[in-house]
Amino acid sequence: MSKLQLPRTLFPLSALALATSLMASPALAETLNIGVQGELASFDTSQVSGGVWESQVLMDVYEGLLKESPDGELLPGMATKWEVSDDGKTYTFHMRDDAEWSDGKPVTAEDFVFGWQHLLAPENASKYAYMLYPVVNAEAVNTGDKPLDALGVESLDDGKTFKVHLDHPTPYFLQLLIHYTTYPAPKHLVDKYGKDWVKFDHIATNGAFKPVDWVSQSKISVEKSPTYYDAKDVSLDGVNYFTVEDRNSGISRFRAGELDVLTDYPSSRYQWLTDNLPDATHMSPYLGSYYYVLNNRDGSPTADKRVREALNLAVRREVLSKQIMAGSFKASTAMVPPGVSHYDTQHMDLGSDDMDDRMARAKKLLKEAGYGPDHPLDLRLRYNTSDEHKKIAIAVAAMWKPLGVNVQMINSEATVHYQTIQQGDFDVARAGWIADYNDAENFLTLLHTGVGNNYGAYSNPEYDKLMDQAAQTQDLDERENVLEKAENVALDDYAFIPMLTYVTRNLVSPKLEGWEDNVKDNHPSRWVHFSE
Amino acid sequence: MLIYTLKRLLQAIPTLLIVITISFFLMRVAPGGPFDGERQLPPEIEANLMAAYHLDEPLPMQYLRYMGNLLQGDFGPSFKYKDFSVTELIMQGFPVSLEIGGLAILLALLVGLPLGIAAAIKRNSTVDYVVMGTALTGIAVPNFVLAPIFALVFGVLLGWLPAGGWNGGALPNLVLPVVALSIQQIAYIARMMRASMIEVLGSHFIRTARAKGLNEGEVIWRHAIRPALLPVMSYLGPAIAGIITGSVVIEQIFGIPGIGRYFVQGALNRDYTLVMGTVVFYGVLIVLMNLIVDLLYSALDPQIRYDD
Repeated sequence: MSKLQLPRTLFPLSALALATSLMASPALAETLNIGVQGELASFDTSQVSGGVWESQVLMDVYEGLLKESPDGELLPGMATKWEVSDDGKTYTFHMRDDAEWSDGKPVTAEDFVFGWQHLLAPENASKYAYMLYPVVNAEAVNTGDKPLDALGVESLDDGKTFKVHLDHPTPYFLQLLIHYTTYPAPKHLVDKYGKDWVKFDHIATNGAFKPVDWVSQSKISVEKSPTYYDAKDVSLDGVNYFTVEDRNSGISRFRAGELDVLTDYPSSRYQWLTDNLPDATHMSPYLGSYYYVLNNRDGSPTADKRVREALNLAVRREVLSKQIMAGSFKASTAMVPPGVSHYDTQHMDLGSDDMDDRMARAKKLLKEAGYGPDHPLDLRLRYNTSDEHKKIAIAVAAMWKPLGVNVQMINSEATVHYQTIQQGDFDVARAGWIADYNDAENFLTLLHTGVGNNYGAYSNPEYDKLMDQAAQTQDLDERENVLEKAENVALDDYAFIPMLTYVTRNLVSPKLEGWEDNVKDNHPSRWVHFSE
Repeated sequence: MLIYTLKRLLQAIPTLLIVITISFFLMRVAPGGPFDGERQLPPEIEANLMAAYHLDEPLPMQYLRYMGNLLQGDFGPSFKYKDFSVTELIMQGFPVSLEIGGLAILLALLVGLPLGIAAAIKRNSTVDYVVMGTALTGIAVPNFVLAPIFALVFGVLLGWLPAGGWNGGALPNLVLPVVALSIQQIAYIARMMRASMIEVLGSHFIRTARAKGLNEGEVIWRHAIRPALLPVMSYLGPAIAGIITGSVVIEQIFGIPGIGRYFVQGALNRDYTLVMGTVVFYGVLIVLMNLIVDLLYSALDPQIRYDD
């Protein structure tokens, strides 16, 4: 035991007295304290693990070619303007003259070339490298079949111009450029320090803030970067990101004034929060879908379209949204959630709004498929361990009960859950998808034949054909039409069970300005300030 | 004594080796891997990851590589927390857990022992009933109930102390987690001390001491307390090892950067190196604490001697 600590405990009363006096000292006026759900994996963007909370820190300390406004609109970032070639396959970005790393070195197109190569280098084993696969040779570089310099990116005019060559027109490409995988990397530091460039003695970033302290599992602190081109318009002096794994204790810390923002409060507390902290409780649509995968593989009862339709008909989505989830999810009958740009929300055909009609039809369908009192439908429903998933699973099983469906519920931790359903060992399984970028393709690819995240192994050549066609279509209206047609093919096949769309759930101090709800739930701190 | 200590330390080596080996292979038997998650990775990316962490090698080879690195004091890189090595994570987290846990144990002893002694002396009196009743409640109310109530009452409603956060170990941030962590220990220690004290007070040598005409205070202070401490002592060894390696509940609720949560997070994430690191670290601590307790035994009880 550390001897230094002994005196403290010997005087618990004086400790309490001191505590009270210390609490009175004011915090730094313009420091924003955010409670995030988890911890950043790394300040090297090639090593980030994909948690939604990680982008909050990264978007504050780095900036890509584009950046976002408080409401999620795309704005020029490290590039001030850009041109797209007529065939949609070449993008030319003109770099900002006054962009600097936090160590004073200029940010050039060279740093983007290097950053993208760094992401794709096989030895860096980046989980998210596939985000750049639309770039010429990206996949071959990532597998080691081609050298790094074969990647279709160029630095021209002494680093003032960054040119990207794509394999095929990628209409969502500009949306991709705010994702952390497309940030630049400081070549001069990686060359000098190798993997240790991220250590706090060496690291430099190009965003509005620079990292200054990291206590693992407690907090990351960043302070305003004086070299940021727009530093004069950044109001905050610094930001602390506290790791708050226990969401309920996060609410206590918010109420005690220790946090200005708490991301993702528990849905079960929504009602209480709106009653007691109405000005601080935010909830808004989010680009995320909560759905049940139906196993389309031969041998599973859900390979039969009639069964899939019947199961869909019996799910009361409004009940799930309003009663089971207390309004903290929205009912959905599609894969692509509302709010996706250049896309109209589609709907699965569930016939009538009247539940009795729907249940009658569902029973009829199951009877046609050979199920009935003598031969009940047995389903294995898998979900990953969580109170929310459990509540929903129990409710859905109860909704299917009148159809004579026996549900065996199997829960497992997330790692095991996804491994099991990837192997096809289930009939119905819980899944969710949060958009990487604001485009319908990001959701619809989940139903494309052979795609890893297509857990139910749904396959329809017509769907695949439309998706391939959309990938080649540059005109945004025409592409929207094709993608909507594709989604309708899958909805007509009852390929999965759409149930809910996610909402963002944030507690935000009413003192904050420049913090706006948006569908991507991205809130760059550079726009945020405290009102007087 | 010195030879005994050295012997015990040598004996610990095969024990630890077995613990490490079993943990290593058990971890690999668990379904799912470090890179399985909500999003299935394209095979080429999975291959890059497996190669980067040598997971593509045969298991015995991985085992030998791990043991080789371990002998050089290298726990390897964390699979999840990429900017830290497992050694860095443990070195950053352990002082925090040590501080919180150490203070909690100290507080537990300072409060629990006198309560236990008082209850034993005033056996079957109001004092006894109150102390034991409170202790039972302390044991029955788990941390995860107590800690949020503390945070709510003292942090939110009264505003006396921070509701959470570490703040570099500032005193106000220590109070609630230390108290929350110590309550159960106070209860255990008080109960144990009471039971053992009652037994000692009924033994022959105490009767002899009383017969010699010693007053009750002297009997208790000079003769009863030392032997009565023995069972508490043997409980304390593993208890201290357990408590200073962190409490996942307390750490999560108060947002404390200790190592307790690494045991859970590491296992859930299949962060093989982090799990192994914490297992080895915990194993060594247990062995050391048990040794210290055995050595303290001889100081407390003259009948125990380690001469050989």
